[in-house]
Amino acid sequence: MTVLRETWIVFHRQMTLSLRNPTWSILMLSQPLLYLFLFGPLLKPITGQIAQGNDVNAYQVFIPGLIVQLGMFGAMFVGFALIAEYRAGVIEADRVTPASRIALLAGRVLRDVIVLVVQSLILIALSYPMGLRAPIGGVLLALVIVALLGATFASLSYSVALITKSEDALAPLLNGIAMPLLLLSGILLPMSLGPTWLERLSDISPLKHIVEGVRALFRGDISSSTSMWGLFWVLLLTVIGLWSGARTFRKESA
Amino acid sequence: MMIEARGLVRTFKTKRGRGTNLVHAVQGVDLDVADGEIVGFLGPNGAGKTTTMRMLATLIKPTAGTATVAGCDLAEDPVGVRRRIGYVAQSGSTLPEAIAGDEVVAHARLYGVPKATAIARGQKLFDELDLPGMWRRQSKTLSGGQRRRLDIVMGLIHDPKLIFMDEPTTGLDPQARANLWEHIRGLRERGATIFLTTHYLDEADALCDRILVIDHGRIVASGTPEELKQQVSGDAVKLTLADASQVETVSKIASSLPGATEAETDSNTVTFRIPQGGSVLPGLLRSIDLQGIELAGVEVHRPTLDDVFLTMTGRSLRDDTDTPPAAETETDTEKEAVTV
Repeated sequence: MTVLRETWIVFHRQMTLSLRNPTWSILMLSQPLLYLFLFGPLLKPITGQIAQGNDVNAYQVFIPGLIVQLGMFGAMFVGFALIAEYRAGVIEADRVTPASRIALLAGRVLRDVIVLVVQSLILIALSYPMGLRAPIGGVLLALVIVALLGATFASLSYSVALITKSEDALAPLLNGIAMPLLLLSGILLPMSLGPTWLERLSDISPLKHIVEGVRALFRGDISSSTSMWGLFWVLLLTVIGLWSGARTFRKESA
Repeated sequence: MMIEARGLVRTFKTKRGRGTNLVHAVQGVDLDVADGEIVGFLGPNGAGKTTTMRMLATLIKPTAGTATVAGCDLAEDPVGVRRRIGYVAQSGSTLPEAIAGDEVVAHARLYGVPKATAIARGQKLFDELDLPGMWRRQSKTLSGGQRRRLDIVMGLIHDPKLIFMDEPTTGLDPQARANLWEHIRGLRERGATIFLTTHYLDEADALCDRILVIDHGRIVASGTPEELKQQVSGDAVKLTLADASQVETVSKIASSLPGATEAETDSNTVTFRIPQGGSVLPGLLRSIDLQGIELAGVEVHRPTLDDVFLTMTGRSLRDDTDTPPAAETETDTEKEAVTV
């Protein structure tokens, strides 16, 4: 299929560019480690509170949150790279080719997703010796969720970048969205630790349900309603994200 | 016909404070470009050159009008148009950190050119366009002229019949410009049709078979550089007198010549326009001599495209300080295009 071939070409170009940049590769690999070693130990003393009766340890609660955060924040800021490409005339050069507009987006998103999955794998692999217990099936499904989440946020980020075409507009916008999403997602600590009103408020964030879902997967409750809801929300977000990204890339003047 | 456009219109909405403004960037452009021509689109910044070119290259949709580009209908078959045209944008086409050859190959493959063909063709173009040894270099390490030629390689990599070039030599030094002109002429010899925009008169004059003059979104003149210059009423003659008090007498003699127009005097000079300035000059000099008037100097200037532009629009193309309100449109175009 032509679209797949074109997606591959765009992906290949993006991946080559990323891998050629040593700073980028080192940052990409070290970020998960910083979280693991600088934040993980803080959770150990409060494991009991976090576990809330479940037979889990801190890493089973913490790692799912971290990889969801990776999926979200790792992808959220990719729009800046697109603005640089736009400035250099690359987007226009792409758009004047007969290539499918979807492929121009999908190739870039695919690069971002691969990066996130690799980062998550590193994180999970390093967490096992530190005490993580999680079934392989649950972990694999969790990786699928991270990939979808990454695709959603990357696609939205590219879309907003292409509409604003300005770092000055993009930065406050993304930060404005990222902060409340992070605080209400229960990524760093479970929302159930907080007062009831805060927990209810966090119920409106799909991110919270996704984090809960990934935690259930890490506990091995693969068929539980919590993990199903997580999967449902991430799929819904993916549809919205990819649809709006594709729409922006297709729009004649984007 | 390589390009046949009728009644192209493009209107942008721009937001100013609370209200929306309509900017009429292009207001009904008809144009024809034949196979194998180099056609120049000449006009000041903001005249609608880039907007028209971006419409013809499928980058923005016309608000109204129709066009056939390289045999494909612009509205019905934009992908067909894209397959057949090359587009060299003003803003460049490669990422500064990227390897020049990689960018060229990836670009070619988006046109469906197989990788091996893309490499062979790209390296050949690098040789032809004077980019020896640049294939593995980051594009940021190339000089301005080299980067411009790299953009042209990008635009040519799929062997298009029709090439659009938006201000191909802007920002280049004179030597690099002259060099690029040679390359553009070379493309035509290989059978390509070239449609370029420029705001340099010498470029249009030296390079183009035909020129379209655009101002405020409308085409105000078209023809070969020679035809356009003939529309200006003759050559400019400037007589410098040894004695300033005789200016009026000389001005009378000059004005009495058949076909003389625009006679003006300035302290010790008399200027006027006349067709065939070279052939009337000997007679004129004799009459001045008979009056016992001494001349300190004589100059005859063939009309330039700047004179053409001045005649057509009442403004000088070179006068950058006299920026019309439309000058904002092209920058706005870039920014606001998405909101329309």
